[in-house]
Amino acid sequence: MSVLATRDLIIDVPDREGGTPLNITIEPGQVWGVLGPNGAGKTTLLHTLAGLQAPRSGSVQLSDLALGQLRRRHVAQRLGLVFQDRQDGFPATVLETALIGRHPYLSPWQMEGAEDYARAEDALERLDVAHLRDRLVTTLSGGERQRVAIATVLTQAPAIWLADEPTNHLDLHHQSAVMALMAEQARAGQAVMMCLHDLNLAARWCDHILLLYPNGDACWGSRDSMMVPGALESLYRQRLAVVEVDGAPVFVPVKG
Amino acid sequence: MLARLGLPLSLLLLAALASLFIAIGVGSAQISPAQIWQVVIGNSLQGEGDALARTMVIELRLPRALSAFAVGGLLAVAGALMQVLLRNPLADPYVLGLSGGASIGALAAMLGGLGGLAISGSAFGGALLSTFLVFGLAHGSGSWTPSRLLLTGVVVASGWGAVITLMLALSPAERLPGMLYWLMGDLSYARTPWPPLLLLLAICVVLIPLGRSLNVLARGPQQAAALGVAVRPLEWCIYIVASLLTAAAVTTAGSIGFVGLVVPHMLRLLLGNDQRLILPACALAGGTLLVLADTLARTMIAPEQLPVGVITALLGVPTFLFLLYRSR
Repeated sequence: MSVLATRDLIIDVPDREGGTPLNITIEPGQVWGVLGPNGAGKTTLLHTLAGLQAPRSGSVQLSDLALGQLRRRHVAQRLGLVFQDRQDGFPATVLETALIGRHPYLSPWQMEGAEDYARAEDALERLDVAHLRDRLVTTLSGGERQRVAIATVLTQAPAIWLADEPTNHLDLHHQSAVMALMAEQARAGQAVMMCLHDLNLAARWCDHILLLYPNGDACWGSRDSMMVPGALESLYRQRLAVVEVDGAPVFVPVKG
Repeated sequence: MLARLGLPLSLLLLAALASLFIAIGVGSAQISPAQIWQVVIGNSLQGEGDALARTMVIELRLPRALSAFAVGGLLAVAGALMQVLLRNPLADPYVLGLSGGASIGALAAMLGGLGGLAISGSAFGGALLSTFLVFGLAHGSGSWTPSRLLLTGVVVASGWGAVITLMLALSPAERLPGMLYWLMGDLSYARTPWPPLLLLLAICVVLIPLGRSLNVLARGPQQAAALGVAVRPLEWCIYIVASLLTAAAVTTAGSIGFVGLVVPHMLRLLLGNDQRLILPACALAGGTLLVLADTLARTMIAPEQLPVGVITALLGVPTFLFLLYRSR
């Protein structure tokens, strides 16, 4: 089992002095939600955790090995990242896009085999985009592209999911479907960390919460200890009203 | 999967062989395909006319056709690589000022009254100098990005352009035609096809295992890194390989435009964007295009010859525009 942990990690956000050193451990079966206002460093945190960006100080450990020491290929076999924005330099079909999720597992001389195709097709099916398999990704809607991106990471089948606003562009039904998929991954023994802007999705689907403040301060803990109106109001500088629906709190911004 | 790669590549291989037969057969004296075949399989031919045909094939037309094939293939592969590296469909082998540097080298050698091998060596040196200059400047104090590399290349290239114009203006009149022909691309001095041909073959073999990584890289460096590609070493590798290929091509035949830009594009429009297919397809199709263009260049107004670069542009531009117009 792969475990992602940070040791006194301070992420490198431009023009920011220090901040709270992060000492968190993302264990198998956990679903972490990262909350914070725009520019708090949520994306920078995920990219640092994935080893795409160097931290200002401290380190990230993947199964007790420093992330920076590991080969990218080995990291990619354990850790998958759903990006917030995607650049499609050259047109590719939906199926081709999902198939690159198998890249970390194939040797240079190997072609994708029947099993790789089956995994990619299953992932597309799971994200409800199988009917688009031969379409060019550039011709899809924003929400469809988002689902293709998640299907690519599902094809990659990592033990640790890092997802940057995975519900971006999605309609209500698919937001729930994607969150259910993350929960299902966690139940199957994977670890999930995602940045979210929707407090209600976080309250319903995450079991751990990390709050990131614009000045670099951070606090983290179980959902119930973090998802309290006082903390969230100071995080977003926004007054909130709370009602309870289906046993989970629902946060609604109120005027003034 | 293999079938998907096999069919287009087989067709392109057939087209390449056909173009070589045409190039060898057509000219001031026609040589029949049967005669060519006899020469190729090494049968000694009987009779006076056949001996002449044999000399013509072995010593004149075959080396030139193979050189054209190698140069076309090198340029097309280099163009495809540059487009992936810069993630810009407008990139071509010359975009980073390579041909400018090579031209300065070649023209300087010509001005100095040197010939043959010295021109090639000087062109190669100029190409490499330009490569390192652009890469060093683009790197600067920070990290290089595709747009920074592209801009540096474009600016350095226009600098070379000015120097070339200056050199032409200062050159004695009797040297001008040779210089202009070299600048427009000219295969008539290409006598030893083997170095560029072997380079093309070697590079295709080297690039096969890198093909899937290139596919991932085409989706952006961050996505590629997240999927396990060591991005920086791979980008260095592409840059060096593409520069080497272009330098070899320019050294053999001067600067020939449009092959490196148009061939990869045409193939992407027809075959999709899997680099494992596109790169070998570029080698075959680029080679075929230049062999045919060179055949036209030396026969259209025979016994005079046209610079082959004119033909590639005249053939390439309308074909490309048509494909672009037809595409989704």
